[in-house]
Amino acid sequence: MSARDFLPWLAADPSAMADSVLHEATHMVPEHDDTVNAGRRDLVKMLGMGGLLVAAGPLGVRRLEAADRLFGIRGAAESWEPHAYVRIAEDGIVTILCHRSEMGQGIRTTMPMIIADEMEADWSKCRVMQADGDEKKYGSQNTDGSTSIRDFLFKYREAGATVRALLEDAAAKEWAVSADTVKARNGVVVHEFTGRTKAFGALVATARGIAMPAKERVRVKQPAERRWQGRKMTSIDLVPVTTGRATYGADVALPGMMTAVIARPPVWGGKVVSVDDSAALKVAGVERVVRIPETPIPGAYLPLGGVAVVAKNTWAAIKGRDALTITWDHGPNASYDSTAYKATLMESVRKPGQAGRTNGDADAALASASRKLSAEYYVPHLSHAQMEPVAAVARVEGGKVEAWAPTQSPQDARNTLAQYLKVDAANVTVHVTLLGGAFGRKSKPDFICEAAYLAREVGAPVRVQWTREDDLRNSYLHSVAAHHLEAGMDGSGKVTAWLHRSAYPSISATFAPNVPGPGPDELTNGASDIPFDIANMSVEACPAVAHTRIGWYRSVNAIHHGFAIGSFVDELAHAAGKDSVAFLVSLMGKDRQVDLSKAGLVAPASNYGASWTDHPLDSGRARRVLQLAAEKSGWGTSLPRGRGRGVAVHRSFLSYITMVVEVEVLPDGTVLVPRATVAVDAGFVANPDRAKAQMEGALVMAMSNTLYSEISFQQGTVVQSNYRDYQVTRMRAAPRVVDVHLVESEGLPGGIGEPGVPPAGAAIANAIYAATGVRVRELPVGRQLAGWQSKATE
Amino acid sequence: MSSAPITLTVNGTRHTFDGDPTMPLLWYLRDELALTGAKYGCGITSCGSCTVHVDGQPVRACTRRMGSLDGVSVTTIEGLHPTGEHPLQLAWREIDVPQCGFCQPGQIMQAAGLLRNNPKPTDQDIDTAMNNIICRCGTYPRIRAAIKAAAEKRS
Repeated sequence: MSARDFLPWLAADPSAMADSVLHEATHMVPEHDDTVNAGRRDLVKMLGMGGLLVAAGPLGVRRLEAADRLFGIRGAAESWEPHAYVRIAEDGIVTILCHRSEMGQGIRTTMPMIIADEMEADWSKCRVMQADGDEKKYGSQNTDGSTSIRDFLFKYREAGATVRALLEDAAAKEWAVSADTVKARNGVVVHEFTGRTKAFGALVATARGIAMPAKERVRVKQPAERRWQGRKMTSIDLVPVTTGRATYGADVALPGMMTAVIARPPVWGGKVVSVDDSAALKVAGVERVVRIPETPIPGAYLPLGGVAVVAKNTWAAIKGRDALTITWDHGPNASYDSTAYKATLMESVRKPGQAGRTNGDADAALASASRKLSAEYYVPHLSHAQMEPVAAVARVEGGKVEAWAPTQSPQDARNTLAQYLKVDAANVTVHVTLLGGAFGRKSKPDFICEAAYLAREVGAPVRVQWTREDDLRNSYLHSVAAHHLEAGMDGSGKVTAWLHRSAYPSISATFAPNVPGPGPDELTNGASDIPFDIANMSVEACPAVAHTRIGWYRSVNAIHHGFAIGSFVDELAHAAGKDSVAFLVSLMGKDRQVDLSKAGLVAPASNYGASWTDHPLDSGRARRVLQLAAEKSGWGTSLPRGRGRGVAVHRSFLSYITMVVEVEVLPDGTVLVPRATVAVDAGFVANPDRAKAQMEGALVMAMSNTLYSEISFQQGTVVQSNYRDYQVTRMRAAPRVVDVHLVESEGLPGGIGEPGVPPAGAAIANAIYAATGVRVRELPVGRQLAGWQSKATE
Repeated sequence: MSSAPITLTVNGTRHTFDGDPTMPLLWYLRDELALTGAKYGCGITSCGSCTVHVDGQPVRACTRRMGSLDGVSVTTIEGLHPTGEHPLQLAWREIDVPQCGFCQPGQIMQAAGLLRNNPKPTDQDIDTAMNNIICRCGTYPRIRAAIKAAAEKRS
């Protein structure tokens, strides 16, 4: 698939041209504006010279894929697909298909660098193409649960090693030498004895004709042989991102496309009673007003329904929606009120719940403890508030549905589109754009369904644009949660009993009716899988009915589990008169590896989708990251009043992370973070700089969750509307120094994207206590610290 | 509503606009000129993802009405530097600042305005100038470092 062969075909076929031109206006791509490296750069340049106007980024690449499909280039002589993830062209360009969604975690760099490393490809000749939704071909594309590397590292390595073996076999055949005398090295295969070389591209013709290498020929690299895995690699999308040419969901434009903005029921389960659209239709640029049927609750991934204003441009659609007069029936959740609901949750956790983990007899141990402590914690609903409000483009033609969307899960998008529009999934194509932040929101394809529904209704491509207000008011919110913890200690301060009850509306309530509350399984997300050695434990799930759509948000239940547990153990340390780090070390007891499914966890005893054999609860790993962070942070050295350090250690998504956060609390209660130290044991880390970036980001996001953010309801409706009242971390408060230490390991990989969040929240709260003497048990901190200097220490 | 056409320069090219004068510059750039580097994030000047320069100063395009822009010169991220090699863009790549990248055009345009007015900003200057541009991925520490690196290279 060389650029030269590609260009005339594009120019010759006007329908291909239409498919390829995503932006009709002036949008020439400069030479440097490439996703990766030289090969594509030439192609883009040629396309530009041919008069085509091209958008770069994944969609630029996407266009190639669309053309690929249209013209069957894949079957053409010069392109070879030795693996679902890899294509090699005769000009030596290696194309790696990234099947996971890029939302800031760096997977579009990390996945290709692993495969290219194992292939011994020349990185300057590699480029990355974003794969369409096709789970059967690529494996799961659901970019969620911090799974990309922990589920796929070995598959990527094997893919690369397989292609390397195949190329070596091809060279051996061409030279009529034994395969064990040739070696792939940086884009060429070398014959050891003669020093002859042959470039990968030159081997394509032979390689396509030979059998896949035998399993024993496929040898994944030893650590010392790796070029890039485990080292810093510059991200591949930096040029398009920093020049404004990267393509996100809302940036996609098709010829004849219209834009829709939708008035959705303000209350979950609400319905349109009547709509007066006469004023909306008078707004210049408004073309149509379309009713979208409400989906009965729980609606899972389907649209909420409502009234869509379809217009020639976004501004007309917004103005048109403002001009609608709608009478709503607010339905069964019309009285949902966060103040009242908080009291309901607190009552719920004061009574025994459904067992999630039971060791020994917590009640008896509490009764006989020489010292008892209890505390309650509250975390409100939170919104992802990702910078890119959801947006999607769809086209429906001749029974075929095509969508472009910033989706975390093209497979769910595809299946849901098929279900919603009643078409065969084979007739649904989902192209994945870059995601402007996601954090779990973009796992749900409701917005893509809206675009497709409207495209079908109006007979033209439609972009659905959510406003920020829509994003905050009609989201899949992080669950509001209450926690009740009790602990018993013996005379020496050793914890002998642990009772933890939590209540929060369950994510399952978005997918099934009459869900009474969280199940025991949800507790395995950072509450029942804690690395503490306590003889008598009871971890319980208490009832909580959902009155709004609940969804997952980066680290999910571990946000509030981590905050409550991390805060409570700090309270215990202070109560015992012990240093928090020393107390935590003793709480973990002896280093041990535990299969929790056999040690008290209630079935199905989930372990983030992994087996307990592969990933036992390893208290030694927890202890080591705790001590590493303590050592690197200067733990124990004194700080002036108004400054303090807090620590928390947590396991989630199979990784062990300790955060030591240092805060400075200003007299008006403003919290600054001069420094944070993070220690991470996530097993093998493929791309350390991106892992560090995830820890920096997790801390900043945990600051938002802990200090500022809250979604609350009155009369069934979200009170907040925009960043003005849904506050998030901004530059002034952002950490000065984030010092991240990754434990070097060849161990099985754990998650990276999410597990930094849970310990950060508790570490911040514990640091605030150290700095001010004010113990924060309800989030957000908000104005609780105003006048802290005159507040008595509890 | 109808009014005389508005003439403005965008990235060095003159354009005439005779549409709805209440339309914010952001939607004109995105929908009509296909300059999608400026992003929609809030629509109320709270997040700064839409930051562009109007007559050399960073502004939020999401609330600047077209009717108020006759005769102005607009620079978007696409036009910040002819080859995308403004010192800030280079520093951004060197430090690998972006995560999802969505807010980064706004961050860079705001930082470019800062450096134009104040080539040697202190930490506090940076905090003040950048406080209105939200990044949910949390790239703030690297943004600070990149602004400092660019400022140092320039001097």
